[in-house]
Amino acid sequence: MGMTITEKILAAHAGRDQVEPGELINCKVDVVLGNDITAPVAIKEFEKIGVSGVFDKERVVLIPDHFTPNKDIKSAEQAKMLRDFARKHGLTNYFEVGRMGIEHCLLPEQGIVLPGDVVIGADSHTCTYGALGAFSTGVGSTDMAAGMASGEVWFKVPESIKFVFNGELNKWVSGKDLILYAIGDIGVDGALYEAMEFTGPAISSLSMDGRLTMANMAIEAGGKNGIIAPDQTTIDYVKSRAKRPYKVYASDEDARYTRVIEYNVADIEPQVAFPHLPENARPISEVGTVEIDQAVIGSCTNGRMEDLRIAANVLKGQKVHPYVRLVIFPGTQAIFKQAMQEGLFEIFVDAGAAVSTPTCGPCLGGHMGILAKGERAIATTNRNFVGRMGHPESEVYLSNPAVAAASAILGRIASPEEVE
Amino acid sequence: MEFQGRTWKFGADVDTDAIIPARYLNTSDPAELAAHCMEDADPEFPNKVAAGDVIVADKNFGCGSSREHAPICLKAAGVSCVIAKSFARIFYRNAFNIGLPILESPEAVDGIEEGDQLKVDVDNGVIYNLTKGTSFKSTAIPPFMQELIDAGGLINYLRGRLSR
Ligand code: SF4
Repeated sequence: MGMTITEKILAAHAGRDQVEPGELINCKVDVVLGNDITAPVAIKEFEKIGVSGVFDKERVVLIPDHFTPNKDIKSAEQAKMLRDFARKHGLTNYFEVGRMGIEHCLLPEQGIVLPGDVVIGADSHTCTYGALGAFSTGVGSTDMAAGMASGEVWFKVPESIKFVFNGELNKWVSGKDLILYAIGDIGVDGALYEAMEFTGPAISSLSMDGRLTMANMAIEAGGKNGIIAPDQTTIDYVKSRAKRPYKVYASDEDARYTRVIEYNVADIEPQVAFPHLPENARPISEVGTVEIDQAVIGSCTNGRMEDLRIAANVLKGQKVHPYVRLVIFPGTQAIFKQAMQEGLFEIFVDAGAAVSTPTCGPCLGGHMGILAKGERAIATTNRNFVGRMGHPESEVYLSNPAVAAASAILGRIASPEEVE
Repeated sequence: MEFQGRTWKFGADVDTDAIIPARYLNTSDPAELAAHCMEDADPEFPNKVAAGDVIVADKNFGCGSSREHAPICLKAAGVSCVIAKSFARIFYRNAFNIGLPILESPEAVDGIEEGDQLKVDVDNGVIYNLTKGTSFKSTAIPPFMQELIDAGGLINYLRGRLSR
């Protein structure tokens, strides 16, 4: 019986030839990640274990990205715990404000995560790196602490669902729309405990940025991981970044799946997920009139170069609607610089948008764009739960960057087709 | 382990932002977090909940973020255990790791109403609805998870192993 890419990576890290879905296994991890919200809890737990140091100074990665640059005194104390821990243990991958980025944008960019890796992160969107052909999944702080100490983690081998995306993408349709469409189809627990394997010609045609967006949202369907087998696009992305060897895996022809779900992407329009769950996806043509107060472009879902270029393409020569605040968050310092060099910031500022240093910011209702009671935002982020971006009676609609930019201009949720 | 308490019932897909909104995550102090527990789902919950009480919810409880602050704040607020039709996987893992008992039982969820008094025998996975005089069996806990519970959580389990 053949194995899926997920099973192969897990087997290799458990020192086994074969693993079966449902088995509990102990795996070596290649990277352990934490941020300024989850790592403080992990550091306290780590100290209780009683080991003298972390399993590998180069493979424990700490990134203060959620409430940074420190938004208040308590956040400053939490970020300081990371900094102190990083210095004490000589961590080589601690990323300070001014050199950092949103963790899930930063790790692939810096070549810290590579194809074939097993990665755990105390952040649910750690599943992003599946786009590189790695097994990566979010865990809690205690698991992170255990991983930092031992370099190992236990997993239940997940079953896999195969998604096949056939056909050619319509204009303005991106990875974000494909994943929102799939979540809309299977629901927020449609892949509970399972691996989501994305395949097909439409996936092959996506850039690395588009693939990262898709794997990022696997957790929004309850998935344990999202994964895309590496191809030439992956290798081209990785080869200049990798500082260590990596291994490329692919699923066998006769691998087992609980389900195979096929879509023709020619049927897929830009999607908008209505409050308060990502599964409430609708095609843009069926949105109706939804006025907005804020538009957010950025986050670990859509804060990469391609996203900013698409937004700039829509915003060029346009003005943000007088009643709307548009805030734009490049994912990392490198993306920030590149966007600056390409002249995108000039387009954003001329349009009347605010551009921020990389941070999670409003994505989780942290800072830099909190919503008041009754306010409504369109965002390129990944969650629209109650209160996610501010007041419990505010609303978040999820979309791709082109729709968010068009909406910012028109003051209501709109298709980029409507922008003159 | 056995608990007795009142039922607080919630619907499907209760997410981690509902359990503990991100705006309070600039601390990891359990008592501070408990003061805002379930606030966006029911603003009065932190004042109403008493030690031993049980949360009973529909499918996919704890979906969303990996924040361990979610099970931590429930535990600190006095919630003795959570019974749901299913749990989101990171929440499931975190609850075991920090020692918050959670039980999966669709029948129990359908057979329990808001305000019912429950007795929960965690070791044997039996839920007694004292108000209605009924009982339910929950899905068995995998042996490895039982080992974690017996060791007193992942950190204690690991401390034993790494010092061996
Ligand atoms: S950008 Fe949003 S979803 Fe991504 S890591 Fe930050 S808070 Fe989480």
